[in-house]
This record gives sequence, structure tokens and C-alpha cells, in this order.
Amino acid sequence: MAAPADVAVELHGITKRFPGVVANRDINIVVKRGQVHAIVGENGAGKSTLMKILYGMQRPDGGSITIDGREASFHSPSDAIDAGVGMVHQHFMLADNFTVLENVVLGSEPSRAGMIDFGAARSRIKEISDSYGLEVEPDRLVEDLGVGDRQRVEILKVLYRGAKILILDEPTAVLVPQEVAELFDNLRELKAEGLTVLFISHKLDEVLEVADEITVIRRGTTVKTVEPAGVTARQLAELMVGSELPTPETRESTVTDEVVLQGEGITVRSLDGRALIDDVAFVIHRGEVLGLAGVEGNGQAELVEAIMGMRPVEGGSIHLSGEDLSHWGTRRRREAGIAYIPEDRHRHGLLLDAPLWENRILGHQTQEPNVNGPWIDRAGARRDTQRIVDEYDVRTPGIEVFASSLSGGNQQKLIVGREMSGEPKVLIASHPTRGVDVGAQAAIWDHIRAARRLGLAVLLISADLDELIGLSDSIKVILRGRFVADVDPAHVTPEELGSAMTGAGERTEGSPG
Amino acid sequence: MTLDWRRIGLAVAAPTAALAFALLVTALVLVSTGDPVWSTAQVVWDYGTQPRVIALTFNQGTVYYLSALAVAIGFRMNLFNIGVDGQYRLAAFCAAVVGSKLDLPKPLMILIIIATAMLVGAMWAGIAALLKATRGVSEVISTIMLNLIATSLVAYLLRKAAVDVAGSNNIGTKPISERGALPGIPLIPDSPLDVYGFILVAAFAGVVYTVALGRTRFGFDLRATGSSESAAVASGVNVKRMVVISLLLSGAVAGLVGMPQLLGGDSRNYSLDFPAGLGFTGIAIALLGRNNAIGMALAALLFSFLDSSAIILDINDISKEIVLIMQGTVVLSVVVVYELVRRYGVAAEQRRVSQELAGATDEPATPAGVGA
Repeated sequence: MAAPADVAVELHGITKRFPGVVANRDINIVVKRGQVHAIVGENGAGKSTLMKILYGMQRPDGGSITIDGREASFHSPSDAIDAGVGMVHQHFMLADNFTVLENVVLGSEPSRAGMIDFGAARSRIKEISDSYGLEVEPDRLVEDLGVGDRQRVEILKVLYRGAKILILDEPTAVLVPQEVAELFDNLRELKAEGLTVLFISHKLDEVLEVADEITVIRRGTTVKTVEPAGVTARQLAELMVGSELPTPETRESTVTDEVVLQGEGITVRSLDGRALIDDVAFVIHRGEVLGLAGVEGNGQAELVEAIMGMRPVEGGSIHLSGEDLSHWGTRRRREAGIAYIPEDRHRHGLLLDAPLWENRILGHQTQEPNVNGPWIDRAGARRDTQRIVDEYDVRTPGIEVFASSLSGGNQQKLIVGREMSGEPKVLIASHPTRGVDVGAQAAIWDHIRAARRLGLAVLLISADLDELIGLSDSIKVILRGRFVADVDPAHVTPEELGSAMTGAGERTEGSPG
Repeated sequence: MTLDWRRIGLAVAAPTAALAFALLVTALVLVSTGDPVWSTAQVVWDYGTQPRVIALTFNQGTVYYLSALAVAIGFRMNLFNIGVDGQYRLAAFCAAVVGSKLDLPKPLMILIIIATAMLVGAMWAGIAALLKATRGVSEVISTIMLNLIATSLVAYLLRKAAVDVAGSNNIGTKPISERGALPGIPLIPDSPLDVYGFILVAAFAGVVYTVALGRTRFGFDLRATGSSESAAVASGVNVKRMVVISLLLSGAVAGLVGMPQLLGGDSRNYSLDFPAGLGFTGIAIALLGRNNAIGMALAALLFSFLDSSAIILDINDISKEIVLIMQGTVVLSVVVVYELVRRYGVAAEQRRVSQELAGATDEPATPAGVGA
């Protein structure tokens, strides 16, 4: 064990249980002062829970946290801030209509004679900004700032509160490559000034670039701590997923030449007129899985919502088996046989405070066996829910329990079972294994393979590149709302795909179409 | 089904606890002002259980119930229709005017008056619905404003349409003829006062409400939208359309609120002293009754019992505002207790599910059927 003086944070035996799932189990991490320490793991491996524990948002069921040699017990984030721990959240928490200065002081306003002392705050912000090379202008409105600038404001906010240990939760998820490079420069500056950074990510090339030490978390527990010089991305990936895992490989091709889902010239704009999806075209055949690769926030979610009819489309057309569905509502599209596994199952896939059988009806409110004319067929829906629970191995004591009582993996299996009901023609699967345990992941992969064998046209969106390569018959790469490359999953490694996703592939992988 | 009993137990526990708490607070207030708690309760009970007062309680309860029903339709979809007040007053006024001009066979006449009220109530709510669906205006703001507008509009129109009410300086619409009178029901033995015939309509509305929400596709869409709008959108619900339809329905039911008085009262007109503020009481009752048809019926009877017993308090030199304190406390505590009970219920179920599954996790995971 390192000498106490060098250690900024030590986590020992941290365990956290949630209903139905152990999120963290016996986590041990030693973070040295003045280093960037990366914590990597798949989605759902327990990284975020661990960081919430370290930041006082969750209390661990067991284990100890030591900060600067002193044992800490955080009851709230303000305890953590007092101990010098600050967190930069993945989703920014800034008030758009405030200036940078106002946002930074919000909640810890320096006062003089009962008034906010903006002068003192401004000079403090300048000082911090200059010494760490953050280049933040205190008097600009946050709504005028770009994503990278906003992130720097968030970092500054944390430094302003005296943090010596910074937690960055997936900071690159929202950034474009050059912003990532800038962020890494900032992190190196922070490190040089003696600050400690905990960097959470599942992007291995980034971690290898910036971290001094890397701790791998798998299924809620720490697997190993390594130095970047000693490992390759491949080895890290193996640590992350574990060698005993089933690989998501698909065997013989089932692709036919019958076009099921076809999009042409699809364009979606944001409210301020920016193109979120820019003139995108694709074809999915019967029995084909089309994978969509891309860094999150490059238009995948918008494309899915456009196909589902949940978002107005500015231009282009979508055909289902030759029929133009551009002007159909979501319900009609679902009735026509488009099944949908949403990215965020809590927001879009479930009624959490409703029993499982009512969740079976959701999305199929007009279809057998849930309804009988205008009436809900309770018996039919219950029977069919029981069938899904049995066939899809949903672990539940019964179909009357609320959806919120199930673990993420079981919720997802219920959704998959529901969406595969009623003989769909198309399956839109958006991050289908996000946040589910390994067992459920393998089962869901099986179901997607089965869907393909049954002749569905599948659109698969995933951040897990192994999953994408293993399950897809063809892969398109999306970057800033455009398809920038076609990739053959049979001849691509995750590393090559990863570089195509960040734009490096625009030159090497060929043109769209 | 043990599970259902557990839920029913929780559902009953919440209002009971809230009621007990409200009684306690009321008792404390009485003690602090030096009034006797026990004898006050006795006076209220003795007075409130007289046959005539029971009939009064049912009549007032009918009105409260309809108002709560109108509010609850919105609540189930996460819409806050504060405008029931304006909707029923405008509706009752228009229905009174239309009714006074008609001379038709009795059933037809009553039907037309009721239909007019529902239509006007729906139209007034429809303004808020359209504003919300097309411009995103919060229905809370628009219905509050529409209440004010309805008040002024009715006052203005009343001056145009009014005749003097005999023997007072009150003014009101021309009374509806005898053919528009809905006969009362001698429901309470020994009571000189009949219960409004409209109580049957209210009960029927409660049944329709329960069946439509719980058993129909439309009701499922409405409840799904209320519990998670994003999930409802993804499931194919046209939320804007649902907003319009549910506010129209809420307004239509609000239109019924004035009908027991208009069709079953003695004067059968809309005058300056037509009861006001029933829409707000409806909000409290919908909260207390948890948007459940039976729960709201019980809550409506409780509120009207307290209202009708209040009269005796003044005679006994106890300020009758104690009743308002009680009503206020019960609603406030019910909101708090429901949330606590809901959280407890969810957490308890999660614990139970993980416990029941803990035994099963030792078994090897079986591969799912389809993938095999």
C-alpha cells in the first residue's frame, strides 16, 4: 500500500445493494494524489453508483472511504465538498439565463454587508481560470456557450468550492473529438497543479491516453488496477467484459433481398434550426441487423424517434414494406409492426408504478390479446404477461408487482418479450443491453438473433462495439447527424470502428452510401 | 391474492390516519380556545344525524361529488383543472336560460337542460385545452383566468337576462317551468326533505368514470399519460389529443355540478346567490378521495356532513370556522400521508420481490426459451 501522504482517496470494501441487485460489491481502489485515475467498466457495471457514494449522494451499505488519510462518512454532497471532493456531472447543471459568474457562485455566494460580492468572486474566478488554463469568461451568458465551454464552467464551479479531488462522470460522452483533446489538456493542467482527478469512462482509447492508472470494474466489483503503459485496449476490454462471457457473434447470414424498412433523405432539425439528422438514407432487409455506431449525441436518438414518429421530420421519407409511413402517428407505426426497445426504459419503456400486466399493454393498447374492441382484456393481458415472464425468463414473483420492483435486466427482458409479441416486422433496439446484468445481456443477444432468424428487419443502436460488431450484418457510422461510413462487421475491430466514430474514419473508411 | 390485500390495507390506512390526525388537530384547537372537545363533538353528531340534516348532507354531497369527479378526470392525466368553478357557473347559467325558454315534455326538457350544461362546461374547459395543446399554455394559469372571466361574464349576462326575484332585491334568470323539475327521492326516512333525484346521475357518473378509466383503451391511454407522458408518447398515445379530450370531459362533468340545485331546488333559476366556490371544494375532495370513485363519494359526504353540522356550532357559541380548520387539516395531512404510504408501499414491494427472488438466484440461470 502506498504511503498515506501520496494517497488522496482510498476506497475499501465498498458495498451497495439496491432492491434486486447488488450495485457495488467489495470495491477497493487507491487513488494517488496528483494523478488522473480512470475507472472503466461497461454500462451498468456500477461506476456511477460508486461515484455517487464517493460524492455523498448515496450511502454505502458497507466499507470505508478515506480522504487524505482521514476516514470520511458523507451524508450529503455538501459533506463531500467540505472534504474537498467535487463532482462534474455528465449532464450539466447550469442555469442557462445566468452568466458564468452567477452560475459559479450560485449556492456559495461571497457576501459583503449582505450583498453578493461579485467583485471578489470575479477575481477569484479569473485566478482559478488562469492558473488551470480553463479560459473561462466570467461575464458571458451560459446559453451562449458551447458544450466544451459549459463543461469548463462546471469544472470551475467545483474548483471554486475548493475541491482538490475531482470526479468527472463520463465527461467525453457529450464532446466532439477536438473538445475531448481540450478537456484532456485541462486535466493535465489540473494534475500538474497537484489536483487529483477521478475519470469515469467506458471509452478505452481515451482512458489509455489520459490516465495514470486505470481501475477496471466488472459486475459491481473491482477487477484489477493497471497502468496504461502495460496494457492494450484489447486487454482492457477483456478485463471489462471478462473472458467467460458469451460473445455476441452471429453465425450464418439470414439476410434476404426483401426490403422491409427504407429511409430516404431523413432530416431532423432542433428548435434553433440546427440539423440533428442531416439527409440520412438506409435500407434494412428482411432478416438483416443494421448496426448504427456513433459517439452518443450524434443523432442516433433523434433518428430512432423519427422512425417511431415521436419527433417531427423536416424532410425525407420512411417506407415500411413499400408503404410510405411518413405521415403516420406513432400508434399506427407500431400497429403496422414496428417494435421498439427504447434507450431509456424508465422514461420511454415502462409505467414504473403499474403492474407488469399493464406494462404488457403499453405500446400495444390496440392489439390482441390486450384489448377487445374498446375494452381492455384484463384476462388476456394477464395470460400473455405470464407467457412473456415464462418464455423470456423474467425473474419476478408474479405479474401483479410493479415494474419498479424488478431489476434493470428483468425490466428489459419484459420489454423485449412485449415488443417481440404480435409478429412485428421491424425491431428498433436502442442500447438494448444498457445497464443490465451479464446474464440478461446474453439472453437479450439471443433474442435479437432470434428476431433476425424470424425475418425481422432490425436496427440496432449500441455503445457496446463488441455487441454491435457481433450482432450486425452491416454497420453504418453516424457522426454529427450524418452517415459517414459503411463498415463490414466481419472485417472490423472495435478499435477501427471506434476511430471511425470519432471522424478519423471519414478519410479511411470510404464515403457514405 | 395476498398482494391485493396488502394494497387495499395501505389504501385504507392512509385516509384513516389522515382523518385521525385532523381530528387531533381540531381537538387541540378547541382545547386551546377553551372550548369543550367532547361536548362539541356530541353536539355536532346529534345535529348531523337528524333525518333532515342527513338529507341535506346527501344533497350537498351530490354536488361536491360531481365537482370532485370533474377535477379527478384531470388529475388522472396530471392536469390540474382549477377551472371547474367557472365551468359549472357558466354552464348552470346557460342551462337556466335555455331551460326557461323551453316548454317541452318533461324528460326531453330535463335532458336538454343537462346537455346544455355539459356542452357549455366542456366548451369553457375547451378554451384551456386548446391553449395547452396548441400553444403549451399551462392549464393551471388559463383555468384560473377563465374562472375570473366566467364570473364577469355571468354577472354581465345576468343583468341582460335577469328578472327580479319576488320579495327580495336578488335578481336571477326566469325560473324553469315545473316540467323541468327533477323530482326528489324520499331516501331518508322521517325526513321532511327529499334527496336530490340527481344523486342517481352522480352515482351513474361515478360508475362510468370507474369503468371508463379502468377497463377501456381510452382510460388506459389517459392513465398512462398521467403516470409517464414520455412512455405514453413512445407507446403511441397522441398526448395533445388526450389533453383536449380529457379537459373537455372534465368540463362536461363540471357542467353537471350546478344541475342538482337548478333542477332539484325550489327556485329553478340562476340567481345572484347561486352557490359559488364548489370547484375548489372539488379539488380538496378529489385529493382526499384519491381520485377513486368510492373514495371521493365518502370524502364528499364527510365534507358536506361537516358543512351542514357547522350551523349548530354558532348556536352553541363555538365558531363554526372550526369546520374549515378540520377540512383544511384533513386535506393537508392526506396529501402528506399518501405520499409517505406510497413510498413505503413501493419500497416494501421492492424488498419483498428481492427477498422472494433471493432464494431463486442460487439456481443456475436457465437460458431463455426463444434463444435456445
